[in-house]
Formats: sequence, structure tokens, C-alpha cells
Amino acid sequence: MDTAVLISMLWEGLLETLYMTLIGTLVSYLLGLPIGVSLIVTGPNGIKPAPLYNKVVGFIVNVVRSVPFLILMIALMPYIRKIIGTGIGTRATTAALIVAATPFVARMVEQSLLEVEAGVIEAAQAMGASNVQIIRKVLLVEARPSLLNGAAVATITILGYSAMAGALGGGGLGSIAIRYGLHRFQPAIMWITVIVLVILVQVLQEIGVKIANKMDNRLN
Amino acid sequence: MSFFRGQVVKTLPSFYMKGEKLSDYIISLQGVSKEFDTKDGKVTALKDINLDIEHGDAYGIIGLSGAGKSTLVRTINLLEQPTEGRVVFDEKVLTGLKNKDLNISRRKISMIFQQFNLLMQRDAIGNVCFPLEIAGYPKEKALKKARELLEVVDLEDRANSYPSQLSGGQKQRVAIARALASDPEVILCDEATSALDPKTTRSILELLKKINEERGITLVVITHEMEVIKQLCNKVAVIENGQIVERGDVQEIFKYPKTQAARRLFLPIAENTEVDERGKISTRHRLRLVFDGRSAYEPIISRMIMELQAPVNFLYANMDVIGDQQKGQMVICLADDPVIAEKQKEFLRNADVDITEIIVDEGEEV
Repeated sequence: MDTAVLISMLWEGLLETLYMTLIGTLVSYLLGLPIGVSLIVTGPNGIKPAPLYNKVVGFIVNVVRSVPFLILMIALMPYIRKIIGTGIGTRATTAALIVAATPFVARMVEQSLLEVEAGVIEAAQAMGASNVQIIRKVLLVEARPSLLNGAAVATITILGYSAMAGALGGGGLGSIAIRYGLHRFQPAIMWITVIVLVILVQVLQEIGVKIANKMDNRLN
Repeated sequence: MSFFRGQVVKTLPSFYMKGEKLSDYIISLQGVSKEFDTKDGKVTALKDINLDIEHGDAYGIIGLSGAGKSTLVRTINLLEQPTEGRVVFDEKVLTGLKNKDLNISRRKISMIFQQFNLLMQRDAIGNVCFPLEIAGYPKEKALKKARELLEVVDLEDRANSYPSQLSGGQKQRVAIARALASDPEVILCDEATSALDPKTTRSILELLKKINEERGITLVVITHEMEVIKQLCNKVAVIENGQIVERGDVQEIFKYPKTQAARRLFLPIAENTEVDERGKISTRHRLRLVFDGRSAYEPIISRMIMELQAPVNFLYANMDVIGDQQKGQMVICLADDPVIAEKQKEFLRNADVDITEIIVDEGEEV
């Protein structure tokens, strides 16, 4: 294959992957963050326990999380096609990614917020802070480093999902790897995409840790 | 006060709030009980607690761990909802208030903790600003006030340090500045010095005493350490098994502890020598002597020994400063001969020394 063609193909794949990963992560956080917060708030030791809500939402989150991504994507395909008009390609994959990643993100957020010491929340309650103030000014701020680390992990997981989606015509680097490496027996191209993916993961992880540490006032 | 006891909070007629005073006290716990549901069934942490705290008191609540003292202090600001009874603060019945109104009342009841509970992601001044932010203070005003309060606790040079960069004592000072920020009527101190070394403890207690005296802020001090009560408090309640078994002036209880629980706390010796290795001392007559004022400086015991020509055995002796008074306490064994022992007691009574007989058997009253 012509190098220039190869590069432009890889470049396009990279952009598609980044698009799916970033949009997928962003929307997953828009949905998953409030769900994660609500799980903490309504939990048994939360600031406003609501056992029924907590159990129901927790159960839904677990169900979606226990379905392997590829199977979930296949199951969702008809519905996604109905809603956005197509079952394959970058946009369809992004939609499936959001459905799969939102519960994952919710659990990550929940784990991070669990790390906030109960005593600090209690101190805020004793000062007369409302629940909204406790969420905004205590929970989310005190857990910020952990939330950012979690976001790096979530982004990388979603990147991995997006590559898997290549098997189902999802677009991006994963799709290139499967089309050339598997269907056309061109392992070189497959390896190149693998290397690009590895570099991408490294960069995302580094950025995540860097930002998380920089924002953590416990480590000065 | 007992007039209101037992009434259901929600049905309390509103004219009580306007007309008659609910209580002259800043804090009044009325028939407060607390039960916890645990796996092993119900556990009663507090049983029918009635406690009145006056404006400006430094009220100590002392008890061994598990006695319920932390639960008690946490019912005052309703971090713990009592199962029964009412909490009255500044003429308002807190139990039964809506969250929003409760939060407004809570701003006048600050709290400091054993583990400081500072926000780790905010610097010292940010922590002090926090309660002001919650109350909706403008930022500039909050910063100005926070800076002044850091001066009060001698930490003006650490305003931009994060809690992780501060020592335990410094963290507690930040917590105290934070507690002062909302101009509280009361500061609840939940084992505030238990995580600190003795020297730091002393300086924190001094700071709290100064706040109590100079600003007239009422303190409620939860502790298991007698030293804290002695240095800081004017009144004390002894709590055991979820009940207040003894209460009153610190000076008085120090002189005449009535219950076994109080004696256990005020007389370390009473427990420690219950069984003597040789089995001898414990069968003999023991006295606890409390000297105050003038008699603390006179050699009364030497005079007694010389005059009566009979020995005594010293088990314990200590000088204490309680509040602003010098107090000595001593535990001695009298002579074996009951006649001489009686004479010795007589001598001490005449010498203006407060004596309490210590009877070793559990549960027996003096």
C-alpha cells in the first residue's frame, strides 16, 4: 500500500477513534457522574439514604455492566438504527459506547466518592451545609484527584471498547486493524494500529495522572 | 422545664415559642434517648438524658469509651437524631425542625473533632472560609474574617498551607478558627485533644479556655481524660452506660465524688490497688484526702504522724490545678488499730481537710 494512503487512512482512523472515545467519555460522564453521586447520596451511609432507589439503580447498573460490550452492541444495534438511522459506523458505535460506559462511569464515580472521609461530611453537616452544598463543595472537591484518575481509566476503557467495535463495522483504528490484519492478511498494518493504540493509551494515562496529581493538594 | 417534658415536639403550640421561655439554658436536653438498630438487635446508647447547660459554661462530659458520650454530644446538633426526647437550643426546639431551619440553627453550634475533619483539598484559610461560604457570605468579607481568625489561633503565617502540611495541633487550630467563623454560641468538642500529645493538648486547651472566657462561647467538652476536665471545665457530668450518673461543679465532684463511676475517674488509685499483691493493704482503712487553698501548703500529715505517734501508708499523692484553684489529693492507709485510725480521722477533720473513705468493695456507697 502507498505510504501516503496508509498514513491518511491511519490518520482518519485515529481521528475517528478519538472522536468516539472523547464524545463517548464526555457523554458517559454527563450521565454517569450524577448517577454515581446519587448512588453515594442514597446509600446506607449516605447523606440522604433511599434504599429502594439505591437498590434499583444499583441493580440496573450491574446488569448493564455484566453484559460484554460486543454483545451489548449487537443487542442495541436495532434500537440505535431506529434512533439515529444507522447501526454501524462511528456515530452508532459512539451511541453504544455511551450505553455501555455510563454504568461503568457511575461505579467509578461511586468508588471515588466513597474515599471521602465520613468525618469531613459530618463536619459540613454540623456547620449547617445543605445536601447540595455537601455534594458540590465537599464530595466532588475532596474526591477530585480520585475522580480524575478514574476518568483516565474510564477514557482508556472506552478507547478499548471503541476498538472492539471495529469488529462490527464500528470505524476507527480498531476497524482498520480488523479489516487489514484479519480479513486481508496484512499483519503489518494491524501492528501499526496496535502501536498507535498503545501510544494513545500511554498518553491518556499520563495526562490523567499528571492532572490528578497536580490537582491533589494532599501531595505537596 | 419539666412542665414541657414528654410533649410531642410537632404538636407544641406555637405560643410557647413566642411567649414563655422554653428554657433559660443555652442547651437543654430533655428526656433524650437513643437506640441503635444493629445486627444483634437494639442497642440503647442513651437513656433518658436530662442535661441543662448554661450560657458561658465549659461543660465537660466524661466517661469511659462506649459510655455514650459521643452519641450524647452528637444529639445536641442532631448529627444523631434522638429516638425520644427533645433538644432545645437557644429557646428553639431543634428536634422536629425542618432541615432548612435546622441548618440555620446549626451555624450557631460549631463542632471540633478528634480527627480534625478538615477539607484536605483546601488550604487553611479556605477551610476557615468554608462555613462562611455555606452561609452565603461575600467572598472578600469571608477572607478578611478568616484571616483575623487565623490570627486568633496563631496561624496567620500558615494561611496557605494545606492540612497535609500541618501538624496535628496546627490542624486542630485551623478547626477551631473554622468553628469560630460562624460566630457560634456553642462549640462542641468531641475528644478534641485525644489525638494530640500532652504538650499540644495543653496549648489547645488553653486556647479553648481563652475562647470560653473572652468570647463567652459555651463549650461542651467530651472526653475520657480527667486532665481535660480539670484544666478546662467548670461543670462536669459523668456518663456511664448511656446515663448521667453524677453531675455538678468540677470542684465539688473532685472533692466528693459520690458514685462509683465518678470515683473511678477522679481517684485512679481506687481501682488500681483493689487487690494488693500481698493482700494486706486492701483490707485496711483507706482515706482519700483533698486539700485546697491554704491547707495544700501545710505539712498536715507530718504533724499528724508526730502528734499521734502512729504511721500511715501513702498510696497516692498529687497536686492539681483545677480551674484556677490549687488542689492536692492523696490516698493514705490509716493505722491498723481502729482506735488510732479513728483518732487520725478526727485529726484530719479538725485540720480542715476533706476526707472520703474509700471502700474497696464494688458498688458500696461511702
